[in-house]
Formats: sequence, structure tokens, C-alpha cells
Amino acid sequence: MSEHLTILPIIIPMIGGLLMLLPPFQGVERYKYRRVASLALMLLQLFCSVWLLSTVNVAGPTMYAVGDWQPPFGIILYADLLAALLVVLTGFLGLGVTIYSFAGEDRKGRYLPPLIQFQLLGINGAFLTNDLFNLFVFFEVLLIASYSLLIHGGSKEKTAAGVHYVIINLIGSSVFLFALGVLYGTTGTLNIADMAMKIPLLNESERVLAQVGGAMLLIVFGLKSAMLPVHFWLPKTYAAASPPIAALFAIMTKVGVYCIFRVYTVIFGDDAGNLANMIEPVIWPLAIVSIIVGTIGVLASPNLRAMTGNLVIVSVGTLLIAFSIRTQEATAAAFLYLIHSTLVTASLFLISGMVAEQRGKARDWFVVSRKLKDQALLGVLFFIVAMAAAGLPPFSGFLGKLVILQAAVTNTEKAWIYSVILISSLFTIIALSRAGTTIFWRNVISKNQSHSSSLSIWQIGGALILLGSSPVIVLMGASVIEITDSAAAQLHNVDLLIDAMNLREGQ
Amino acid sequence: MELVYVICVGVMTFSGIFLCLRGRTFPVVVGLTMLSYAVNMFLFSSGRLNLDGTAILGKAENYADPLPQALVLTAIVIGFAMIAFVVILSMRARADLGSDSVDGREPRDADQRISHKRGGQ
Repeated sequence: MSEHLTILPIIIPMIGGLLMLLPPFQGVERYKYRRVASLALMLLQLFCSVWLLSTVNVAGPTMYAVGDWQPPFGIILYADLLAALLVVLTGFLGLGVTIYSFAGEDRKGRYLPPLIQFQLLGINGAFLTNDLFNLFVFFEVLLIASYSLLIHGGSKEKTAAGVHYVIINLIGSSVFLFALGVLYGTTGTLNIADMAMKIPLLNESERVLAQVGGAMLLIVFGLKSAMLPVHFWLPKTYAAASPPIAALFAIMTKVGVYCIFRVYTVIFGDDAGNLANMIEPVIWPLAIVSIIVGTIGVLASPNLRAMTGNLVIVSVGTLLIAFSIRTQEATAAAFLYLIHSTLVTASLFLISGMVAEQRGKARDWFVVSRKLKDQALLGVLFFIVAMAAAGLPPFSGFLGKLVILQAAVTNTEKAWIYSVILISSLFTIIALSRAGTTIFWRNVISKNQSHSSSLSIWQIGGALILLGSSPVIVLMGASVIEITDSAAAQLHNVDLLIDAMNLREGQ
Repeated sequence: MELVYVICVGVMTFSGIFLCLRGRTFPVVVGLTMLSYAVNMFLFSSGRLNLDGTAILGKAENYADPLPQALVLTAIVIGFAMIAFVVILSMRARADLGSDSVDGREPRDADQRISHKRGGQ
């Protein structure tokens, strides 16, 4: 059993999702069966991924050859600490989202639970695979699930956002395939470890082609991670999706960021000869501009969902700035911030969903409206999540931003990173406090208070699970930082990966 | 052979990108289809073009790289599913939004532009 542990986070949602399409779970009135099944699946998946993480933490990175076809020929799954950590994060996020959706979101369409499972299948697969074409396949799995999830519930807004989202991602997939064709044509392999060994050996003309392939891959990963200048789809899409779906999408941009870290550290990393760190000069300005534009978006947002979407762009910019420092410490800092920002933006989406439900027609727009029914509870939740998102102590945002600031090495880097991140944090605090003031304090007296619906215990539970992790990250700060440090060390140690694949024997 | 092949892929990619930039969903869907055809041909050529080569060793003197064929097959299947999805989505968008523009609404100055053209003729 334990030798197949690496593939379990992919197998469980795949089989579970398929089973949930079959008769005992089918039918509008059988929603209770689906709830029990999806909760059980999420717990099982979380258990397996935590097991995987502890195994990898003790025994080091593991390689799993699917069908026992050995590298570099077969499809290889590779679980190092980074991949295992992100799989745990995905499972945890999925659990919170699933619990939140029990409040009634899962009854707006029959296929929400299976679609969430397929989405998790794609995300876990993208984290665990060590084969570029397999990565493309898992991208498509998570994308086609997200296309359907986005229009779940159905409204004009969702359809309009869906058309843009699907078209832009299909073009992205085409670019991905072009890049894969170029890279396969020059290196003759798709295995990431094998490619890392072949890239430094290329001759002059092939190197130019490989550089083109690598640059095209950056466009694709930038598109998925909503890096400037290909971020335009994000705020509208996330604002249109229903709250639990948008919360689940919070990890999707991080898949793109993860791929940037993986591909440009391992394949085009320090050992890549003339192509070493080829994208660093490009990422550096793009990350800074991403933060600036994202912050302007946060200030200009007319409602809470759009504001959260723009916060996602800011967090992606922050992660990319940590990427462009290109030291192991900065990578570790980025992983810590990645965990924090995923959980916090997801819970902000969930909270904005609850706020929107209680404000009637005003939804979550920043306008004066009637008082919320659960003013105190939602107010406290929003206060906590806003502090975490803006990076104020004692929550995880502070810790995440602090380690990134500490990772800056040279004085130029320090000047840019300190000023950009701190000014962006200041404006985020202003925008979030303005939002909170408008929503929670500027009320009109209204007679028909009874019309607003009460919050479901599931909604509060789902949001609390995700939000509660923020102080937990701080309380267990030392061990979390220890894990992210060794994850970064494993990522930067390309030889470790090549040895795990047994690729050296032939030489 | 290489030249013909390159021209085919290039023209299809060009047409695909051009059509993707149009404002109505139908040309965009056709453009995405063209783009995915171009991608499939491009992927196929990544194993080098050669004549009389088999993908199985020992059946002929020359052998062809079998992996791009497997990749193309996967890409065709995925591309086909995605195009099917985007066709259904565009039809639903036409029904829901009452317009086949990719933005879901007619551009604000569409009427003026049409009448100007006619006026000029």
C-alpha cells in the first residue's frame, strides 16, 4: 500500500468523482448521499496526503513509475516535500470548500461534488507529476472541471465570464503544446529531470529553440497564475464564480506559480549552462508591476469579490518577486507565503459570499444598505481575514511577508522589494478598512430585517476551517518554516531529483 | 516536404490567431479549431519528418519516433473535447446573453459604424 502512496491523491478523487456519477448518488433528491460521500472522500484524501507528507518528510523524495515504466521513458510521479505540502494544502482547501457548499450551493446543480473531485484530481496531478506532457494533461483536467464549475448555478454574468475564461485558456493550451513540441524536438525527452540533464548539452542552434520553448512555457504558466500582462481574465472570472468555487480557484493560480518554480528552477535553473536563469530578468519587472496593478485594482474594486480577485493578483506578484531573488531562502519564503495567501484569499471569498447573502440586493457591493443579520459574527470574521490578508500581526500574512522581506539580498533588491511590498500592504489596509466600514457600519434603518436569511452552520464551519489555519500557521511557525526550508532545499537540489530517477546509471 | 509542411503549419496558425481575435464567437471557435490542428501537426513534426519509417523497431530499416504520435493522439482527443465544450458554451452564451459577441453584448458604437459605412457608399 505504502509504495503506491504517491498516486493515491490522484486516484482517490478520480475514482470517487466517477462513482458519484453513478445511480446511488444520482438524482436531485439524493443530495444527502452525495454530501456524505464527498465529505468522506475529502477526509480520506486529506488523510492520504498528510500521510504522504510525513513519509516524504522522513524518507526523502519518492519517485513513482506509473505502470512500472522506468524513467526517462515512462510517466513518472515525483513527490518531494514541496509537492506533498501543496497536495495537503489542496486537500485542506477542498475540505473547507466542500463543507461550505453543503449550505445549499451543492443543490443548485447536480454535479458540483463530482466536479470538485475532478478539479482536485487535476490540481493534485499537476503538483505530483514529473513529466511535462503529463503536466499538460492534468492542466486540461483541472481546466475542464473549472469551466463547468465556473458556470455552476448559472447566470448571465457567469456565462459571459465563462466564454472569456474558456477561450483564453484554450489559446493557452495551444501555446503550451507548441512549447512542448519545441522542447521535445530539441531535447528528445519530456521528463523534467532528464530535460534538466540534456539542456546544458545542447548546441548553439538547438539552444535558441529551447529558449523559445522555455519562453512560451512562461506565457502559459503566467496565464494560469495571472501574472501581468496576462492577468485580465482573473478579477472578472473570480467575481462571477459562486463563492465556494472562487475559493477553490484560489489554488489554481498557485498551480501556475508552482510550475514556474518547478520548471525554471530545475530545467532552466543554475545548472542550465547558457540558459541558466533565463527568465529571471523578465520576471523581476513583471512581478513588481503585478503588485502595483493588483494594488490599484484592490483600491478601485466596487465589490468584495472583485477586491479579493485583485488581492490574488497581488499575492501572485509577491510570490514571483520572491521567485526572482533566486536563492533558496527566498524560495522557502515564497512557499510559506503561498500557503498563507491561498487559505486567506479562499476564506475571504467564502466570507464575501456570506456577506452577499445577508445584504439582499446590495450583495457585496460597497454601498450603504441594511444591517446584516449576523453583523457581529461576520464583522469579526472579516476583521480577522482582512488583518491576515493585509499582513498585520499576529496572523500568517505578517509572517509570510516578513520572511520574503528578509530574503532580499542585495541593496537594489531590498530597495525595490521593501518599498513595493510595504506600500502595497498599506494600500491594501486602506482598501480593506474602507470596505469593512461601508459594509458593516454604514447601514440604513430597515423595517424588514426578517427577510435576510440566517447563516448556515456549514458556511460558518467551512470559513472557520480555512481561516482558523492562519493563526495555526503562526503558532506552529517554527515547524512550518522548517518544512518550507527543506522543501526549497529539495527543489534547488537538482541532483537529488536526478538521483531519485536513477538517471545517472548510463553515464 | 519540410517546406510544404512548414507553410501548412504556419498558415493554419496564422489563420487560427487571426480568427481568435475576431469579435464574434463563431469565428473564434473556428479559429481555436484551426489553432488546435496547427498544434497537432507541429507536435507531430517534433519527432522529425522521415519517409518509410515505422514506429516499431525491426520492421523496416528506418524507424520513426513513436512518442510524438502518442502525444498527438492525446492532444487531438483533448482538443476535440475542448472544442465541443466551447461550441456548447457559445451557443448557451448566445441564448443567455442575446448576442453572439464574445463580450456578451454588442459594442456600443456598432450601429453607428454600420450606418456610417452605408452612408459613405
